Amino acid sequence: MNKLASLVSGIIFGVGLVISEMINPAKVLGFLDLFGNWDPSLAFVMIGALVVSSPMFHLIKNNKKPVFAEKFDYSNNKNINSKLIIGSALFGAGWGLGGLCPGPAISSIALLNVYSIAFVISMFVGFYLVKVLNASASK
Amino acid sequence: MNIVNFTPISAFTGGVIIGLAVVVFFLLNGRLVGISGIASNALTETNKRFDNFLFLIGLIIGPILYTLFTKQQINVTISNSYILLIVAGLLVGLGTRISGGCTSGHGISGIGRFSLRSITATITFMIVGIITVYIKNLI
Repeated sequence: MNKLASLVSGIIFGVGLVISEMINPAKVLGFLDLFGNWDPSLAFVMIGALVVSSPMFHLIKNNKKPVFAEKFDYSNNKNINSKLIIGSALFGAGWGLGGLCPGPAISSIALLNVYSIAFVISMFVGFYLVKVLNASASK
Repeated sequence: MNIVNFTPISAFTGGVIIGLAVVVFFLLNGRLVGISGIASNALTETNKRFDNFLFLIGLIIGPILYTLFTKQQINVTISNSYILLIVAGLLVGLGTRISGGCTSGHGISGIGRFSLRSITATITFMIVGIITVYIKNLI
């Protein structure tokens, strides 16, 4: 059942990306164009998501366990360090260049857009490089 | 600053649906949605690989179902070159794994549970994204 739940969560998320138009890089770049032609819509996507998820998170986390899993499993990392800042800055630069972040990029594979597929492949190379670098650093 | 293309209602509605996906995933599977983590773990980790993979498949199916049911076209405008998108993808892949989250993991799941770490990450990638778009528009 947890497999089905994963699939359904992904589907709902993907539909949300379409309706909010976050799947459209032009829309995202409009949000980041604060000093030019600014499209504030994306802020409302975040507000909409948080209005639902934040109170529900604080309610659900008091449950004994998730419906289809043994325990709740999420990061409680509180470290604010240089890795957090540098990583976020690199992500912000990539986001500003392409107008795509991981969710919308993967969802837009559905549209068979060659540009976003090139982006996704390159993104996975980035994931893999960090994995390799972390592995060699911990040796 | 000019405000353009502002679509608060569809943005908020889409955001609520995204929030709902986060709630379903947390309530049922006990995990918080972070797409860069899900995607990168599907590639590099054997633990819960199939769950992660199914979530990603869901992200791709979501837009397809939306088009089937609503008969609406999904607008995706990408006005960048391949080279730029490949560089952007690499930066997004590296950055999100170094900082441990993207727009969903830090921006929604993290802020939703009032994590100072995620708030710091989100402010950082938004500021750098805005600066990147500003510089890109100058060139």
